[in-house]
Amino acid sequence: MLILECPYCGVHAEETELHAGGEAHLKRFGPGASDEDFHDYLFMRENPKGVHLERWRHVNGCGKWFHAARCTMTLEVFGTYTAQTSEPPQEIKDKISAKRPGWTWREFSA
Amino acid sequence: MKRYSAFAVAREGLRYHSGWERAWRSPEPKRHYDVIIVGAGGHGLATAYYLGKNFGITNVAVIEKGWLGGGNTGRNTTIIRSNYLQDPSAAIYEKARSLYEDLSQDFNYNIMFSPRGVIMLAQTEHEVRGYKRTAHANALQGVTTEWIEPARVKELVPIINLEGPRYPVLGGLWQERGGTARHDAVAWGYARACSAMGMDILQKCEVTGVRTENGRVVGVDTTKGAIDCDKLGMVVAGNCSHLSQMAGFRLPVESVALQALVSEPIKPCMDVVVMANTVHGYMSQSDKGEMVIGGGTDGFNNYTQRGSFHHIEETVRALIETFPMVSRLKMLRQWGGIVDVTGDRSPLISRTPVANCFVNAGWGTGGFKAIPGSGWAMAELMATGHSNLAEEFSMMRFKEGKFIDESVAAGVAH
Repeated sequence: MLILECPYCGVHAEETELHAGGEAHLKRFGPGASDEDFHDYLFMRENPKGVHLERWRHVNGCGKWFHAARCTMTLEVFGTYTAQTSEPPQEIKDKISAKRPGWTWREFSA
Repeated sequence: MKRYSAFAVAREGLRYHSGWERAWRSPEPKRHYDVIIVGAGGHGLATAYYLGKNFGITNVAVIEKGWLGGGNTGRNTTIIRSNYLQDPSAAIYEKARSLYEDLSQDFNYNIMFSPRGVIMLAQTEHEVRGYKRTAHANALQGVTTEWIEPARVKELVPIINLEGPRYPVLGGLWQERGGTARHDAVAWGYARACSAMGMDILQKCEVTGVRTENGRVVGVDTTKGAIDCDKLGMVVAGNCSHLSQMAGFRLPVESVALQALVSEPIKPCMDVVVMANTVHGYMSQSDKGEMVIGGGTDGFNNYTQRGSFHHIEETVRALIETFPMVSRLKMLRQWGGIVDVTGDRSPLISRTPVANCFVNAGWGTGGFKAIPGSGWAMAELMATGHSNLAEEFSMMRFKEGKFIDESVAAGVAH
């Protein structure tokens, strides 16, 4: 069972307390964007076999959105961090690098 | 290939069953094939089979990293139906269902197709309207379904509780020629027929790279060495994002876990398939007597072929309301598969940005029922460059806004 630590209230919440919110750090494209960008924003989700950054919500707890770094191959959790950022903090990147040297995810890497 | 028959059973019975041969060969890879299909699940093998049968292309290899039929083909709940709302879906699923009808005779291999009938329960007013609309759409599409009232549901499924506390049964969408088939046998039957046509099925052979030259595919690198090909078909379900990246393009899918479970075997109690989409559960009884139960997908990306325990609990809890007897059953086994889900919950049978490279993916939670139709369309697309059945399922549809929106029509139990 997946257990994530909520970075706001510090609770180690298991899955039934959480709601998965999909890919993290999406850059939004709307009116005025190119067809290509709008298409990718709407439909081209990252679907990596390995390191993945996602949004979660502590829905049956403090109710807040946060980010998690996780491995989709092993279900290992590297760490969680707050929602108020457009890229994972260095501390999280280091935690991922410690277990998956050379990782990349979208434009991010160690 | 020796034919299976009553005479063969009698003959082998008299000589200690010493004359049975292997159903398919396990050859070493050749240097070059006209067509390589990656993925020896139902869809991949069906594609190879119809390439040979309908278009005479038999210099074909089907490459599989594990064992054939070991992925989602062997992990589903074996339900076959074609009661879809949208025209392109109804066309391909009905093609598949009609091919299932005589697939055993076609193969000379018993796939145990059992057209026992499928009911999709309407348990909210919204569903009642939705399914009546689907029944009307099906009438126009030439798919035989009908709307049935609660009394008829009870007659077909005596173990059902119509007056559920939360979700009473208000009727159902009934497809009399829907049903189940033996999932492994579908893969094995296709594999045997492909092998008999001279195709090579390469198991335990993982693709590690896709080679392209000037935007055209020229071959694949595998754990058994490099193999050249003129055309490549990617039919690898949950791993399609991973494989497409090797060829340098992306697919609009996400991979999530879908689970199923079976109970201990009990005496025959339900001879139809029942789907309850509002509460996310569906159930049928296998020939062994086990109640085969499926639920919804997990909410997060996953490649582990196992799902979350609380989903099983939710599925069973929901089914107990509609089928109180389920509360007395012991559950025997539970397993998960990785399904590839697209934005509109409809599949991709498509050309790709790489020339001569085709993809068949995105079947999400409902691929088994489509195997023959999917293979038929994919083979036509690969052999001739065009397939009427596959046309609407192009991966370009997201850019053009031409969605085949079945997530509303079919709910989660797709």
